[in-house]
Amino acid sequence: MAVGSRVLEAAGLVRPGRLARIREWWEQEHVFSYGLILPALLLIVCLVAYPFAMAIYFSLSDYWVGSPGKFTGLQNFRDILGNEIFQRTVYNSFVFTSIAVAFKTVLGIWLAMLLFRSFRFKRLIRGAVLLPWVIPTALSTLAWVWMFDSLYSVVNWTAIRLGIMSPPGPNWLGMPNYAMTAVIAVNVWRGLPFFAIIVLAGLVSIPREYYEAAAVDGAGSWGRFRHVTLPLLKPVLAVVILFSTIFTFADFNIVRVLTRGGPVNTTHLFATLAYQVGLDGGNLGQGAAISLFLFPMLAAIVFLQLRYIRKE
Amino acid sequence: MDVGVRSRGARIRSAAFGYANVIPFICFALFPFYYMVITSLKNDAELYDLKAVPFLIQTGVITDHYRYLLAKTEFLTWMKNSFIISVVSTSVSLVVSILAGYSLARLRFRGVNAFGTAVFITYLVPPTLLFLPLSQVVVWLGISDTIWALIVTYPTFLVPFSTWLLMGYFRTIPKEVEECALVDGASRMQTLIRVVLPMAVPGVVCAALFGFTLTWNEFTYALTFISQSANKTAVVGVTADLIRGDIYYWGSLMAGAILASLPIVVIYVFFLDYYVSGLTAGAVKG
Repeated sequence: MAVGSRVLEAAGLVRPGRLARIREWWEQEHVFSYGLILPALLLIVCLVAYPFAMAIYFSLSDYWVGSPGKFTGLQNFRDILGNEIFQRTVYNSFVFTSIAVAFKTVLGIWLAMLLFRSFRFKRLIRGAVLLPWVIPTALSTLAWVWMFDSLYSVVNWTAIRLGIMSPPGPNWLGMPNYAMTAVIAVNVWRGLPFFAIIVLAGLVSIPREYYEAAAVDGAGSWGRFRHVTLPLLKPVLAVVILFSTIFTFADFNIVRVLTRGGPVNTTHLFATLAYQVGLDGGNLGQGAAISLFLFPMLAAIVFLQLRYIRKE
Repeated sequence: MDVGVRSRGARIRSAAFGYANVIPFICFALFPFYYMVITSLKNDAELYDLKAVPFLIQTGVITDHYRYLLAKTEFLTWMKNSFIISVVSTSVSLVVSILAGYSLARLRFRGVNAFGTAVFITYLVPPTLLFLPLSQVVVWLGISDTIWALIVTYPTFLVPFSTWLLMGYFRTIPKEVEECALVDGASRMQTLIRVVLPMAVPGVVCAALFGFTLTWNEFTYALTFISQSANKTAVVGVTADLIRGDIYYWGSLMAGAILASLPIVVIYVFFLDYYVSGLTAGAVKG
């Protein structure tokens, strides 16, 4: 390069300035590409990968807020695994995730099929259905706290008037099983639109000819659903279910606002227990160890996504 | 799904079936919002009257709860904080994501697939996995308990999400357009800004809307990194600071929840179609 430019100079041609050389270097496809990706990469390394490594380090030390501790090996994990509240949290996480995702899937498919029909005010109806998903979850959950109030619950009031409950009705947020039901109900309320809208997009993409062919073959509406709709929705459903599983499993907002993990630590999920132990209690080491239990689920979902979904 | 020609009666029956089934879903979706509005406009005597009908306002509409919120609390400061945080972190993330998304979707270089996978994995990482170490990172950066703590950390979920979304949009732009611009002597950066970007406007709008919504609604980091009331966001301020002691003042709480959701509702009403398309394109966190 240096020789080249000297030769050019000797030949009386214009010597490319420093600016031009930088520009030429920058215009190379690979240099330009790395340049564009650099800010995003720095962000991911400094604020995602590095904190993740820190979380692992915290979990292996007795690190308290304001006092970096020393390495203690697996002590934190031994402590939490033997803790009853933690054991309850593991159980809660699986119960909560599986029931909530199951409800969202079934109701989501049903709602999507309803929305697929032609309606007057179609846009308005879709807008209304999607609303719970758009509004800040912490705030809408606050409304649910009020709706499940121990004394003035509108849910109980209505159910009592309809004769479904005998007065005064359950204290929703004050009893473990009812509180868990409430948490699941709010999660389904918030997550259902996500399922419905994505499944709806899947329905729209199914060619009508398939249904016509199935009808000609004498399939009823259940037969068409079973043999046409469901198999063709499978890829879309796989994506939504995987997505929803990880974010339901890692949920924080609903439990934190609705029950704060109560009554008596019976409705915690990993995230809310980690918050309570790590920040309210100041034991960052143990808190980090608890939140790391989200990782195996995340890893499994990432694996499934990469292996089966992105290949298609 | 209707096949062939059907009688008028059958069509009416089918429509009735549709409405009869979709209405419960709409009520389920909208009732909490209706109840928020009703609660925020009722006086306390009626609110805490066991004999009153909770669905109605029987003793007159009042605006006291709103006036209390605006005059006696830091609500307006929280709203201002939320606006600054959302606008700044969304804008920064958008620039970073446009660059990264274009590079990953369109250019060929060694490691492009590995980078794409890394972005996808970070996109799936829930914020609740990292909030404890990040709470220490913001302390070390000296921005703990300021709105900067959120402006700096929100891009960690915005950038992977927007990059992922924009990659989809960039891929739909024909390659010939870029090649023409390059042959005409435009630099690569000029091609991106003047040729490719204008064609990806719907994607950019979509990413901006989702970015604003996700940051405005964010709760975990905002609750964790900020403790002084004057620096809180609207969502955390209403959720945490309007409850004094253990007492919930439901009138002002619901008034706060409504006003703090309002910016999102307004944007949502105007850009509904973008939300739907973005949701389907990116399979957004839900």
